[in-house]
Amino acid sequence: MTTTTVTPEAVTAYAPSRETLSAVLTRGERPRRPSALSASTTFGWRAILKIKHVPEQLFDVTAFPIIMTLMFTYLFGGALAGSTREYLQFFLPGIMVTSVVMITMYTGVGLNTDIEKGVFDRFRTLPVWRPAALVGMIFGDVLRYILAATTIMIVGLILGFRPGGGFLGVVGGIALLVVFSFAFSWIWTMFGLFLRSEKSVMGVSMLVLFPLTFLSNVFVDPRTMPGWLQAFVEVNPISHLVTAIRSIMAGTPDMTEMMWTLIASALLILVFGTLTMRLYNRK
Amino acid sequence: MNSPAIETAGLIKTFGDNRAVDGVDLTVPPGTVYGLLGPNGAGKTTVVRMLATLLRPDGGTARVFGHDVVREADAVRSRVSLTGQYASVDEDLTGSENLVLLARLLGYSKPQARERAAQLLAAFGLTDAADRQVKKYSGGMRRRIDIGASILNTPDLLFLDEPTTGLDPRSRNQVWDIVRIVVANGTTVLLTTQYLDEADQLAGRIAVIDHGRVIAEGTPGELKSSIGAGTVHVRLRDAAQRPEAERVLAAALRTTVQQGSDPVALTARAEAGGSERGAAELASRALAQLASAGIVVDDFSLGQPSLDEVFLALTDRPTQPAEEAVA
Repeated sequence: MTTTTVTPEAVTAYAPSRETLSAVLTRGERPRRPSALSASTTFGWRAILKIKHVPEQLFDVTAFPIIMTLMFTYLFGGALAGSTREYLQFFLPGIMVTSVVMITMYTGVGLNTDIEKGVFDRFRTLPVWRPAALVGMIFGDVLRYILAATTIMIVGLILGFRPGGGFLGVVGGIALLVVFSFAFSWIWTMFGLFLRSEKSVMGVSMLVLFPLTFLSNVFVDPRTMPGWLQAFVEVNPISHLVTAIRSIMAGTPDMTEMMWTLIASALLILVFGTLTMRLYNRK
Repeated sequence: MNSPAIETAGLIKTFGDNRAVDGVDLTVPPGTVYGLLGPNGAGKTTVVRMLATLLRPDGGTARVFGHDVVREADAVRSRVSLTGQYASVDEDLTGSENLVLLARLLGYSKPQARERAAQLLAAFGLTDAADRQVKKYSGGMRRRIDIGASILNTPDLLFLDEPTTGLDPRSRNQVWDIVRIVVANGTTVLLTTQYLDEADQLAGRIAVIDHGRVIAEGTPGELKSSIGAGTVHVRLRDAAQRPEAERVLAAALRTTVQQGSDPVALTARAEAGGSERGAAELASRALAQLASAGIVVDDFSLGQPSLDEVFLALTDRPTQPAEEAVA
């Protein structure tokens, strides 16, 4: 913008015309109400448009995962597995899960800031499938999860990660991660609606995410942990997800762990999706 | 359409200890502009949000075209549109993207949505700004895209929550013109405003709201006649003449005259028997009497009662507000 810019309004003053306005105020047949899927994908398109207009938000899903991967690989690699290359074979699926699951919290932060703006009032007065605005928002976030996972995979491959399951194993692992993250995001939509400020959403997210991701089998083999901690790690859904993804990427899919992950995902959507919608309708 | 556009009975909304809306009864006939007039925090927006299905009432009932706003929310949503106090469009998106997005959500196909968006942008003089982010729009342009978004499907009832607050006079006049055209095409409008002038310009009937209650209701003419048609401001050349001027004015206007803090200023309410012309006549007669009494007047004006004055007049009365409520 330069100082000489003149808004078009200043050049040609707008005068509402009865004819043109009356022409657009038609009372003809209205289009049919869109399907739940169509409404959700439309909201997903909105999320993509927002990324297009505010590309800085992609920093969270690229720089942050790269730093996490590099930092922990070089910090722990030598001590825990003898070499960073050895450690990566164990560690990469785990850090991918950690980074992406941590990124899910931006769903709550984003919703919290978004819903304060007038545009959500308009969405909520539209006769569309009620969860569409939130589902669409998470569809947009799924793209970010895929981007983050892909970034980490590329960094891993450069550093020497060699998945036995090949290309299909990697894609399968990322797919399972995305399904779980989609389900996990509903926790944050609930907090995003429930808590008052962006800051408190961040605070609660950290409180949940740090224990959940660190007290798991992401960084080390739980066998050296005290019994009570092993018990927690055992039931932590993140551990099941990590084991499942490791197995898929190694080319030896562990069906039991995959099943547990899918059950956990379904439960998350059922519980937190319901709570979210209850808050959304009441707000 | 036999049922009223809006019908509420004993509508209540509390936030903690605060009764934001405290028993509001409204009946709005279809095809009219109905004004909700009141200061900030009076409960106007809360009433609108309940009627637009955004907030659940804590008590009483509200119906829009006969549909209950809680039990039949979807039926209500398909007939109303809301233009909120703050722009109800996405500021990060362009004007065109906003309209296409909302059109898609209303069920238009992609090509139809684009066509409808282009039509509306043209009708609201925003074609040149179509591909600019809304956050770069001026206040007037924002209001227009907002109203445009509200009439993608021409609603039967349009909520306009303080549509001209913060706008410059030209943009305000544009919004007024748009509202008149929308109503002429058969849409009912519920308008909230802090300006008596705006309610007077647009609304067929007005409800004055204070502390969550309707303290007066009627046509603009009825309301104004109940509080006096206007206020006379006089500035004298010579402060020494003020006592005499006060006496002349009081006699001519048949009312009490207040001395301003400025030693040459006088203010009086013109209590004409209803019409504005009556007030003007009374005021000009008072001016003539001041001149014949040899008092030099530097400045003279007859203003419409301001919202402040409406409020003072309505709340200063000894009767309790509740008794004045007319549904």
